[in-house]
Amino acid sequence: MQKIYPNAEAALDGLLFDGMTIAAGGFGLCGIPERLIDAIQASGVKNLTIASNNAGIDNEGLGRLLRSRQVKKMISSYVGENKEFERQYLAGELEVEFCPQGTLAERMRAGGAGIPGFYTKTGVGTQVAEGKEVKNFDGEDYILERGIRADLSIIKGWKADESGNLVFRKTARNFNQPAATAGKICVAEVEEIVPVGSLDPDAIHVPSIYVKRLILGAPYDKKIEFMTTRERETA
Amino acid sequence: MATIVKGWDRNQMAARAAKELKDGYYVNLGIGIPTLVANNIPDGMTVTLQSENGMLGIGPFPYPDEVDADLINAGKQTISELPSSSYFSSSDSFAMIRGGHIDLTVLGAMEVSEKGDIANWMIPGKMIKGMGGAMDLVAGVKKIIVVMEHNSKAGDPKFIPECTLPLTGKNVVDMIITDLAVFHRPDHNSPFKLIELAPGVTAEEVRSKTTAQFVE
Repeated sequence: MQKIYPNAEAALDGLLFDGMTIAAGGFGLCGIPERLIDAIQASGVKNLTIASNNAGIDNEGLGRLLRSRQVKKMISSYVGENKEFERQYLAGELEVEFCPQGTLAERMRAGGAGIPGFYTKTGVGTQVAEGKEVKNFDGEDYILERGIRADLSIIKGWKADESGNLVFRKTARNFNQPAATAGKICVAEVEEIVPVGSLDPDAIHVPSIYVKRLILGAPYDKKIEFMTTRERETA
Repeated sequence: MATIVKGWDRNQMAARAAKELKDGYYVNLGIGIPTLVANNIPDGMTVTLQSENGMLGIGPFPYPDEVDADLINAGKQTISELPSSSYFSSSDSFAMIRGGHIDLTVLGAMEVSEKGDIANWMIPGKMIKGMGGAMDLVAGVKKIIVVMEHNSKAGDPKFIPECTLPLTGKNVVDMIITDLAVFHRPDHNSPFKLIELAPGVTAEEVRSKTTAQFVE
């Protein structure tokens, strides 16, 4: 079975439909599946519900899909640094479900692992708990959160082999790993595709079973939101 | 002319929080004053900093020629790694947090109640940016230290009987460090106790600027 597609448009062919739910990897602009986001924008698919920790920034990452009005609802933990998001949200044009970051990661992991719901202490006694079942375990209250099962997962990896085994680099792993499992089908973009056998089987972050379609997204011009450095000590 | 020293500045509040660190601790620091705690880790003490986007062992800011877009902290700032660093996914990161494996977190707040409730993620009527990982941290980390100004810019108390803003967590705070004083409680059923005053600050002044009930 051939998993490698020539480009993002080809890799998404037949997978997109109006009103669908997409789980996306990335944290801020780190490790975002930008080629796939661009292809989704170009497809014109509408009324999307997107589960992603952030919503990009103005005209970067998912910010592009917001600008083109293709998003109906975001499920996110933090959406700062995005003026267009703010405008649509305040105008009531965009629905937002704020979800604590760890709960969002676990909702993706659980959804992908066939777990429809789980209990967590996170959010007990806050707005997040409103309308959710509360259960006491060993004297402490927990709330029921639902797993996320998306129609499609889009992730960005560092390297993948031709069979779809995939590895991430440094903190670009973030939500990409749980997002990969949460979709009925996962499409991955990577910086390098290597021959089968060249990745260490003990060090695979996403086993090939999850990665159904794969594209080489390079070259990347990786964006940095906040550049912070120290000065080199002079001898 | 001598200036009268009164209260702690941001660095001194962070330094006071750093006194709660212990050798071998795994710690998550929030954005703002809490980040300054990292500069005050005592020499010879091993403290490992966790970044909730998926890293243990946060190193210093990188040299300009070593900046790496794939290596950022939870504030989306570029950082560096240490020989002891490890990387993991967001789900593993919050398993670590929710599972009670992180010893200490230091974070800012808009309000803390006398019952240990904390509000630090939204102001009704203003643009909501989201809670990020704050609700997970206060629910899961073993010890929660809040570092905040004692009063708002308008002069209103921030350590109060009941939070007026939407909560981040209920009955979770263990210690409050302000520019004027330190309050602590040994467990979540006890009241907060005033345990320390900043230089030049009297208990009377703290009482007059606080509406929360606390013991002395």
